[in-house]
Amino acid sequence: MRNPLVMITTKPFISFMLQKPDSLATLDNAGIHRAGRWLVRGVNLAIEPGEIVTLIGPNGSGKSTTAKMALGILKPDEGVVQRRADLKVSYVPQKLAVDWTLPLTVRRFMRLTGHVSVHAAESAMASTGVSHLADAEVRTLSGGEFQRVMLARAVARKPDLLVLDEPVQGVDFSGEIALYDLIKRIRDEMHCGILLISHDLHVVMAATDRVICLNGHVCCSGTPTVVASSAEYKALFGARAASTLAVYEHHHDHTHLPDGRVQHGDGSITEHCHPEDGHHHHPGSEGKSDA
Amino acid sequence: MLDDFFTRAILAGIGVALVAGPLGCFIVWRRLAYFGDTLSHAALLGVALAFLFEINITLAVFGVSACVSIALLLLQKQGTLSSDALLGLLAHSALALGLVALAFMTWIRMDLMGFLFGDILAVSKMDIAIIWLGGGVVLAILAVIWRPLFAATINRELAEAEGMNPERVNIIFMLLMAAVIAISMKIVGVLLITAMLIIPSATARRFSSGPEQMALLAAVIGSAAVVGGLFGSLEWDTPAGPSIVVAALLLFILSLFPVFSRRKTQTMEPVKSANEPQKGARS
Repeated sequence: MRNPLVMITTKPFISFMLQKPDSLATLDNAGIHRAGRWLVRGVNLAIEPGEIVTLIGPNGSGKSTTAKMALGILKPDEGVVQRRADLKVSYVPQKLAVDWTLPLTVRRFMRLTGHVSVHAAESAMASTGVSHLADAEVRTLSGGEFQRVMLARAVARKPDLLVLDEPVQGVDFSGEIALYDLIKRIRDEMHCGILLISHDLHVVMAATDRVICLNGHVCCSGTPTVVASSAEYKALFGARAASTLAVYEHHHDHTHLPDGRVQHGDGSITEHCHPEDGHHHHPGSEGKSDA
Repeated sequence: MLDDFFTRAILAGIGVALVAGPLGCFIVWRRLAYFGDTLSHAALLGVALAFLFEINITLAVFGVSACVSIALLLLQKQGTLSSDALLGLLAHSALALGLVALAFMTWIRMDLMGFLFGDILAVSKMDIAIIWLGGGVVLAILAVIWRPLFAATINRELAEAEGMNPERVNIIFMLLMAAVIAISMKIVGVLLITAMLIIPSATARRFSSGPEQMALLAAVIGSAAVVGGLFGSLEWDTPAGPSIVVAALLLFILSLFPVFSRRKTQTMEPVKSANEPQKGARS
């Protein structure tokens, strides 16, 4: 086992000094090691209040693992994860199976993990547009309805940090746009930090402040390009969608070989990819959180 | 009144049913039926140890069941064998150990039928006290851990992310299970304890719209099954445990009749139509 305390001393202290004191959660060179391999390694990430951070990457790239470190479900085997004291978190997991044996109405689901006042539950359901489903059983909802109910539950808790694992999964295109609008509104109204995991590698929420592309490590990060002004994207997405969605341009200086090794821009191949190994430059991203 | 064996049996049986109902709901929700079986198999080892050290049978069974639960947790953490293989291993090892231990104690002639199917005649005032006191404690603890236990049943990671401790409530729940096995053994017998946990909950599901309601209903249905089963047992001279389970089964079959389920859909409809205007008003 790796001792995280040792890793602290080997990290430059500058990275701590750069963080704002009110960061909700900070991952510093964090990694998770399971069954002889690194699921994800060397992740640096900070989420500020009122900020939306989107994690993208192919399947098995460590997006959910990274989110679980930020949530405190997984303890990093390397590096440091810091969460603000008395941080109130709401989590919308990727899958939540409620089977027939469990009688659970939407209203009861609202107070699953803690007391929520009737008023808070009602207004959260209203804001996500599921008030009419309050007495429906959770297992009878459609994919889109269920995502909205999960969001309502998360919002009703009035969290400081909201972690959404693929919230638009299994939702059609117009539903996806509506959900993104809703997530932006939640951020604007509650001023909570949002960590969003997205299944799409190129199209992300326009309101995203920062995109982090993962594939076992941080491949690149930056801000998405807003496409609302482009007539071509408007034609492609529709006017409303074009203002909600944005395109993220990847700036990778390396490629991933099928066996998991990394081939860098200069042709060299390394077992893993580390921020320290000198191969990486993260265009316009590293300083973003403290700008 | 307590001098009548039948009154004692009914009191003991209802005490068991009140506890088995709510815990049985979690067994059903969490798909732990085989876990209940494992603990009840292990009960024989507890009985053997009770004879050996001349201690209270209920306490000994609780001790052994608790040890089996903890052993299961530790082995699961190791992650080498699958859970059902581990359960099978523990269940039958404990059963075999119990049988071997009993065989060594040649001076004891144990009523194996009473052990397997329950023994109402043997219910003493002391047993009733243990059932009601123990049951009360189990229900009180369950009420305290209800919210985190239920949240972890829905999604373990969600519960953990939002500040709960699923691991701790899991351990507590397993100990509560061990307690229920210990106190219900004398009433329904080890072979049928799982039925006492599952059948009332499964029956209650059809009439419930919330988890708390289902737990309460399961307790009520279980109590009805106890009363019905014991009267049937007296009337037709059938063994008590199986009669109670048959009564529970009859209630379950009754619940399957469409008369009840139709009423359910009718209550659903006005909810939908009453809220239609809201839907439009939102956009």
